[in-house]
Amino acid sequence: MNMYWAFGTVLTLLAITAPIALAFGFGGATAARSNLAPLRWIGKAYMAIVRGIPDIVFFLFFVIALDQAIEYVRHKIKCPDWDQPIRQGSDFVVCQAAKLPLGNDPQWMHEVYGFSLAVLTFAIVFGAFAANVLFGAMRAVPHAQIETAEAYGMTHRQSFWRIVVPQMWVYALPGLSNLWMVLIKATPLLFLLGVEDIVYWAREMGGSKTPNFTDYPHADWRMWYFGALLVFYLCFTKVSEVVLDRIMVKLTRGQATAAGEAQRKAAV
Amino acid sequence: MTCYETIATYAFRSIGYGERLLPRSDFTLCQQFTLIGSGMIWNIYFGVLALLIGFCIATLVAMGKANPSPYARKPAEWFIFVFRGSPLFIQFFFAYFLFLSLKGVYPIFSPLTSATFGALVVLVLNTSAYTAEIFYGALQSIPKGDTEAADAYGMTGWPRFKRVIWPTMLRLAWPAYTNEAIFLFHATTLVFFAGFPAFQQRGDALYYASYFADKTFNPFIPYPILAGYFILMTLCVIGIFGLINARLNRHLPSANRKRLRIRPQIIR
Repeated sequence: MNMYWAFGTVLTLLAITAPIALAFGFGGATAARSNLAPLRWIGKAYMAIVRGIPDIVFFLFFVIALDQAIEYVRHKIKCPDWDQPIRQGSDFVVCQAAKLPLGNDPQWMHEVYGFSLAVLTFAIVFGAFAANVLFGAMRAVPHAQIETAEAYGMTHRQSFWRIVVPQMWVYALPGLSNLWMVLIKATPLLFLLGVEDIVYWAREMGGSKTPNFTDYPHADWRMWYFGALLVFYLCFTKVSEVVLDRIMVKLTRGQATAAGEAQRKAAV
Repeated sequence: MTCYETIATYAFRSIGYGERLLPRSDFTLCQQFTLIGSGMIWNIYFGVLALLIGFCIATLVAMGKANPSPYARKPAEWFIFVFRGSPLFIQFFFAYFLFLSLKGVYPIFSPLTSATFGALVVLVLNTSAYTAEIFYGALQSIPKGDTEAADAYGMTGWPRFKRVIWPTMLRLAWPAYTNEAIFLFHATTLVFFAGFPAFQQRGDALYYASYFADKTFNPFIPYPILAGYFILMTLCVIGIFGLINARLNRHLPSANRKRLRIRPQIIR
């Protein structure tokens, strides 16, 4: 039964991560476009650093780093009169009240906490890629349109929200759909973050079972379980491809792009 | 132990020379640099071999996909779809357990259950699929005039392919292929996290980095070291591929040559 719930875990992760990563990306892209130099540097550095390094490194790094950062901040707030150093040799020691989740919390709190750390990590990594795509898309919106908007007396902010943002999606969609495919294919890495996902259960349930421990003994079936996962991901990719193509057709309607022009000609 | 001794002891630890025991306490910065660097040997081994073998297979698959005959096209399309549509992580797991089952029946498969050969096979097939798609795209965008000129000279078959189609395809595909090479090196970090066992703790760079992070509970030292190594390697790849790019485009006047634009992206 848990194996089927694990598919739910993966789908939930995708459903939650995609909007958050998009928000991170939007933030990064607007920061990189900003007129304020330090903000621009932050945006560009965010995009450059995350993209240059294998993202599995980030997955392994952020989970510990975020965990320690949160506990460190809570430690500073909740136990101001703690006098021992936090790093004692190879140990990371904070006071009991600063532990997250608290030692006496129920099991589901631990699972939810682990899962949210995973979501945040995915969002940070994929946010950088989304930022890059959106940054390019914002620049692809024909410049004459922004100038026209400003000639009509719109402020910088108005022209950004009313002209650039509605139109950038058609330019961003090829990049974003590619990113979605990669995000789907990155979900098995959840396993490395310690979440009990489908990879975990495929390994657990597929391993050989002896009659002593289970009613359904079988030999080593892990190959078949992973084969099933392979098929699951292939179907998922195919469905996404079809859906994204439909969205693209919808978004192109009436746009000043080659595809939009072709649509207009076909309709005439 | 001085740093020089550490390097002498651990520099080739990942391929089985030098001290068997990994350091267990009092980790020095030098030990971390040396061991993680030693692990890079594996990343380079997987990356270089997979690139070389994958290049040849990819050319064949791309020609197959561009072939009008369905007997050549369909298998190539399916090969590309299966390997591009599913996560590399799951492919590693599936392949490992597949080889494990095969080994039970035919002992001849036993070398494939080790990372050295088994993971290499998976990486080769995976990169062939991605590269074949790039090459196929390049084949489709070969200027019509080039092939028409070849026909006008009466070239057919092998000389036509070798002197006209293949060089033009490489020229067009090269920037995208450079990106693919960078991803491939990033993807090599997955090997020892996906089923394949690290025999006698001989692992790749990420294996040692996570070893240190687990032991010291401090991710802020080993992972940045690993990131540094990977950035260095990415720069090397870009340098070598840039040289080949210059050689491929040597007939063009230098001002017209397109500079390689590197857009490193994501794992699969």
